Amino acid sequence: MSLTGLFLITFLIVHCYINAQIFWNDGGKSFDELAHFMGTNVVIRTIEIGLFAFLILHIVQGLMLWAKNRAKRSSKYAVKAGNVNSKWYSRSMGLLGTLILIFLVVHIGMFWAPNRTAQTFGDGELPLYDMMRDEFQHPGIVALYLFGCISLAWHLLHGFYSAFQTLGLAMHKYKMMIKNIGIGFSIIVPLIFALMPIAFYFGWIQ
Amino acid sequence: MEHYNMSLTLKVWRQKNNKEQGKFETYSVKDISSEMSFLEMFDVLNEQLIAEQKEPIAFDHDCREGICGMCSMVINGRPHGPWHHTTTCQLHMREYKNGDTIVVEPFRADAFPVIKDLAVDRTAFDRIIQAGGYVSVNTGNAVDANSIPIEKHSADEAFASAACIGCGACVAACPNASAMLFTSAKVSHLAMLPQGAPERKTRVVDMVEQMDKEGFGGCTNIGACEAECPKGISLENIARLNREYMGAMLDGGSQNAV
Repeated sequence: MSLTGLFLITFLIVHCYINAQIFWNDGGKSFDELAHFMGTNVVIRTIEIGLFAFLILHIVQGLMLWAKNRAKRSSKYAVKAGNVNSKWYSRSMGLLGTLILIFLVVHIGMFWAPNRTAQTFGDGELPLYDMMRDEFQHPGIVALYLFGCISLAWHLLHGFYSAFQTLGLAMHKYKMMIKNIGIGFSIIVPLIFALMPIAFYFGWIQ
Repeated sequence: MEHYNMSLTLKVWRQKNNKEQGKFETYSVKDISSEMSFLEMFDVLNEQLIAEQKEPIAFDHDCREGICGMCSMVINGRPHGPWHHTTTCQLHMREYKNGDTIVVEPFRADAFPVIKDLAVDRTAFDRIIQAGGYVSVNTGNAVDANSIPIEKHSADEAFASAACIGCGACVAACPNASAMLFTSAKVSHLAMLPQGAPERKTRVVDMVEQMDKEGFGGCTNIGACEAECPKGISLENIARLNREYMGAMLDGGSQNAV
């Protein structure tokens, strides 16, 4: 879980950096340049296959761990400790992951899949920036994206620290450092992502 | 603190043995002193049950000083009750007020089968210890206790890990019924001392293997174990176990592994 999770975290950084280019408000020039590079470069396209493989592996590992762990206490407690001794999001990683997956299916179906289809079978790359601007005029889609970002934030809040803990790195002076960086990352990255549909919806960027 | 007496309603898990289904029974106790310990309150209840010719409630206890690791019980959803860094035997009735209802359950985990009522079988922990929680010593005269110099920091950390009393509250608290905090404390306290160095690699692999064999769940770093541990065993022990385990596996695993 930890290695695939950290890989996906690395992906988030790259994805966030590239998409944040829209905030230059230059009609999508900076964004389209980078998007074109990411969509056509052979190395990036190869890593993309790895990304999907790691995403699927992360899901499969998660489901297996969830299935294994829930079978270890057949007689349940009548009174649950709840949030007294642990955080709800730490106990709900499977649920949060499922919410993110639902979002991802819609998200990939909206941008990535049509673009790759057009590249492979059609007339080349699609104007992703214009597509974003159009899609994010619908309040329903903006709401769905915010929902995805919030799920991601809670998932990261446990996942970031947890990955380092599993790898035996969250020790001594690094423990608090990793925890704090994890909290910062979990807030900042989903917030930047969330600002994208919001900015388009309210017309802050054209 | 002022002394007072209270009447309480207790909902206690009763289960004849591992084969039969258990259920909650409700009992009333009167004139419980605020200065009693939680287990003394149970003694009063048991005396009452015996006087009524009923079967007393089976529960584990031994030293009643908070150091043996024998007492258990999940009190209102929390292993060893609501007090921080406290075992059930050191929980005192001043925590409760007149008229309170307290729900008492056994430590629940498939790896800890119920023996009777609130007493569970925690011998899985013994088998994890037997798998690797030992050091090799030479025969002959006992060596001087201070013959091996140990750096103060390592000694302190090893001592903090060795404070684990093996009560099983970590397993009881863990949503996954994982025994990682216990196993990691036992691995850590020997890994940090020179006496533990000869078996360092085989120890961690064998103990983790035994832990999995006993049917405990996998650790997902939730941290309920650390929050409920009566001895304050830190999650850093789990990070250390993971580190030790990866190191040992990269080095070819346990020589004893089948």
